[in-house]
Amino acid sequence: MSKQKEKKGRKLSISKIIVYLFLFLASLISLFPFYWMFVMATRPSAAYNSIPPVLTPGNMMVENFKKVLSQIDFFGGMWNSFVLCAIVTIVVLFISSLAGFAFAKFKFPGKNVLFVAVLLTMIIPPQLGLIPQYFLISKAGLLNTLPGVMILFFLHPLGIFLMRQYISEAVPDELIEAAKLDGCSNFRIFRSIVLPIILPAFATLGIIVFTAVWGEFLWQFTILRDPEMYTIQVALAQLSNTQNVDFGMIMSGVFWATVPLLVIFLLFNRLFISSITEGSVK
Amino acid sequence: MNSISKKESIFKRKKFRSEEQKDRISGYLYIAPFFIIFTLIGLYPALFSIYLAFQKWNGLGPMTFNGLENFKMVLTDPLFWKSVYNTIVMGIMGTAPQLIVGLILAYLLNMAFLRLKSFFRVTIFMPYLTSMVAVALIFSVLFSNHDSSLANYVLTHLFGLDPVTWGASEWGTKIAISIMVFWRWVGYNTIIYLAGIQSIPNDLYEAATIDGANKVQQLFYITIPMMKPFIILTVFTSTVGAMQLFSEPTVFLGRDAFTRDEAMTIVMYLYRDAFRLQSFGTASATAIILLVIITVFAVLNTRLTQGFGKKKRGV
Repeated sequence: MSKQKEKKGRKLSISKIIVYLFLFLASLISLFPFYWMFVMATRPSAAYNSIPPVLTPGNMMVENFKKVLSQIDFFGGMWNSFVLCAIVTIVVLFISSLAGFAFAKFKFPGKNVLFVAVLLTMIIPPQLGLIPQYFLISKAGLLNTLPGVMILFFLHPLGIFLMRQYISEAVPDELIEAAKLDGCSNFRIFRSIVLPIILPAFATLGIIVFTAVWGEFLWQFTILRDPEMYTIQVALAQLSNTQNVDFGMIMSGVFWATVPLLVIFLLFNRLFISSITEGSVK
Repeated sequence: MNSISKKESIFKRKKFRSEEQKDRISGYLYIAPFFIIFTLIGLYPALFSIYLAFQKWNGLGPMTFNGLENFKMVLTDPLFWKSVYNTIVMGIMGTAPQLIVGLILAYLLNMAFLRLKSFFRVTIFMPYLTSMVAVALIFSVLFSNHDSSLANYVLTHLFGLDPVTWGASEWGTKIAISIMVFWRWVGYNTIIYLAGIQSIPNDLYEAATIDGANKVQQLFYITIPMMKPFIILTVFTSTVGAMQLFSEPTVFLGRDAFTRDEAMTIVMYLYRDAFRLQSFGTASATAIILLVIITVFAVLNTRLTQGFGKKKRGV
């Protein structure tokens, strides 16, 4: 200990190295299953049983993916998932930021009670309403349609919480007061003042919503029965329903279904990081 | 419009009053979409389920009133209590490390000297992008029962331990599923915490530095207290999520999901009642019991977190 105190500069660099090691380890643990999935997607099914485990890619990438295409409507599923996620994300961002703005900056009777009510809706287990929800969608004639799936995902209390939190901290009251004195309507204030400020929070919430809907399974599986309407998750689940389970094919489907989302994330992420650094420079 | 500011104070006050009214209307209007959709597809189905809890119904035939029989059946079923135990054990193992590691990662990722920031952020968040179906399929292979699975290979060859039947042993199953939950969610919490850390104004740190506070003091007296809302949020959502664990064990165990009890969670017990045994009454009763359990745990954990924050601030 005393030695470390004497060499303060060195101690600092050691702690830096520990930080880097910790973060590299975290990155490695995060990335490895993706790499493993890629390896398996390029190998025959039998590669699973080899000792020591196979850790390098093989040459079955195209064959495995061809098998996927012969089993399910892969691209149709991807398109349906994309449309579903895009619409849900836009609607949730709109609903959440509008409600978050109201909860953060307006005074109206019952505000706190209503806000607690929003949070309390989170504790209702999604499975509790599943059966009545199914009958409701069915009665509305929305069974087997994307709108039938969407409407449930529009409910996103976490988004309202995040937006309220962010807006109350990032949007100064003085700015709103000044805009009001200039005669701005509330919606104009929302559009021209609040929205530009909360763009970083939009990126965060957008990624959260998009990926949550992309990966959700139970509800999509319940509502979509026709293979033509399948989203990618429901379609992927069909891959393991075959007589002889082909792990190479399954991993290939999983891999190619994950890649586009990674690309979207990387694009979104740049906006995400740049807007956050811009915000912290101010 | 500019002339308003020149008008007399009486007019000003009048304008403020109408401004207040406008704000009230806007307020209700802006939160209305959520509540309308919630009433339609959240509240009504939930209430209908509560009604179902007191009925005997197989999904097709007529319902018959069943009183408290459904609750009695669930609460005297040993499998239900096993599922409660499983849910709590996997909830603690999957959630607590996730939040602590998430907090550490967010703190490290925000360090000024750090290079490759975006690389670390992107990689650590990536697991969250993988769908449940994908994660469960990948992990069911990594943690398969075979001696040749990667997890068993590491255990036997690197640590000299015995192989584990991850899909069929009491602790093996729980550990594998907890690791899976941890892996998928730690990045999500890190990003939430990072957003929290970055919402803290820099002036606070500057002022603290001028006052002679070191990095550790700044962590405990500025960062953690200022992040309390975000920590409470993640504790709340993780607690609720852990109590609702369903997809992970279901897909991980595949065909065995509803026949084995090592990883059966409360929601799986509920699902099994409804969709395997066509007993919608007892399933709905289970849902209500689950709601009580979730409320208790969510309130308890949130209170604990709040107390923790206060203590730190008070010292």
